[in-house]
This record gives sequence, C-alpha cells and structure tokens, in this order.
Amino acid sequence: MKLKKLRKISRRNALLLIAGFTGTAIFPSISFAQSNQALNRINEITKGLGATESDIYLDLPEIAENGNQVKVSFEMDSPMTESDHIKTVYILADGNPSPNVAKFSFTPEMGSCSATTRIRLSKTQNVYLLAENNNGQFLMTNAKVKVTIGGCGG
Amino acid sequence: MSSIKPRVKVPKEVSIDEIVEIKTLIRHPMHSGRMKDADGRTIPRQIINFFSAKFNGKEVFQMDLEPSISTNPYIVFQYKAKESGKFDFEWIDDNGEKYSISKEMVVS
Repeated sequence: MKLKKLRKISRRNALLLIAGFTGTAIFPSISFAQSNQALNRINEITKGLGATESDIYLDLPEIAENGNQVKVSFEMDSPMTESDHIKTVYILADGNPSPNVAKFSFTPEMGSCSATTRIRLSKTQNVYLLAENNNGQFLMTNAKVKVTIGGCGG
Repeated sequence: MSSIKPRVKVPKEVSIDEIVEIKTLIRHPMHSGRMKDADGRTIPRQIINFFSAKFNGKEVFQMDLEPSISTNPYIVFQYKAKESGKFDFEWIDDNGEKYSISKEMVVS
C-alpha cells in the first residue's frame, strides 16, 4: 500500500516537471511576441504600408540610470513648408506595458520639426520614432536604451 | 487641483524669422495606473493626456501624452517668429480639468 502511494506521488511530480518544462518552453515565445509590440503598433499606424528607415536625429541616453525620467529629443530634416512638412511624430517603446509614449502634431508655422520631452522606460528596450509627412509617407528610426532602474512601478 | 501652475519660458523679444525655443513644465503626478501606494492599493490612472499651443488663436502645436510620460511633463518645441502676438498654452487631464497660461512675444 505504502509503496503504491509513493509511486503515485512520484508520478504526479513527474507530471509537474513536464508541465514546468513546457512552461519554460512557451514563455520565451511569449516575451518575444511582446518585444515586437512597437513594430505591431507601427504596422497599425501605417496601415500595413510600413515605414522607411531614415536618418533622423533621435537623442536618447545609451544608459539610463533612472527609467522614471529619460530625456528624449529629436530633430528632423524638413523644410516645414505648406507643401512639404512633417505632420505627426510618434514615440513608441517596445518594452513598456503599452507601446504608445507620445504623439506630436506639427504645423508648418513651427519652422522646424524638433521637440524634447521626458519619458518613462520600464526596462532595457528599443525606442522607436515614427514620422508621417503631409504626403502620407512614413519614416522611422530607433535607439536602444539600457535601463538600470525601471520606471513603471508595481 | 488649483495648486497646479504651469511654467512656460518664451523669449520676450525676438527678430523676425527667428526660430525660438519654447520650454514648458507643469507639475502633475502623472499616475500611470500601475503604481501602488503604501498600503498596496493601486493608484488609479490620472495623467495629463493632451497639450496644445496656440499663437494668436491659431493651433500651432499639439501633443498627446500617454502614461509613459514622466511625472511633471516637460515639453520643449520650436516656433518660427513671424509677428508679435500671444501664445496660449493648455493642458488637459483625465478628469477633463484644464490648466492654461498665456505669454506675449514681441517680434521686431
């Protein structure tokens, strides 16, 4: 009787072990899917058209000691005239709980397409900049930021 | 929430066609809805979600803010001076509360 019981437990343990293994096998694929949330969002905004990689000045620290206050600034080469200007700039992050960080709407009156703000980053991740000009074309760039202390709480 | 007072830096006198830098800062906790207080309760989301700048009544710059924007939102942008006038800045938070400030700029 006693032996039988022992065997039963060990079988359950074996099942648990298998469950554990499959769990670890599934988890990396989940985190991989999440790491692309910014690119998914870009796909959504561009309605599947995609964006051209472009040489945009995107200034972010390489290493951010505090993820609560990460200064981000960008500047784009654009004449900013009525017929040729940048309309919208999106900042997206692939490691935050939500990919959206900020959306800037520019007008030709501004004379230049540049802005600065401070953002939160929960962990080491890529920050994307997506820009749309008045002709509906999309440009993008990205930068990797190493975060020492995350900034999303919880 | 009357304690919230935005701060804006606009150059007072500029020459024509000069691109000026406008710096804005507003005191706001920007609760992302993910932080917990000392008792472990989640603090509900309460952020400034919209910022706009008008010059002489015309919309020149807008920004949509998400919970990923830091506490005390700091926004800097540029503007090409063409004529003298007044800037109107406005921030709107999740409760629909509006905070605004105006600044004059003289173009010579």
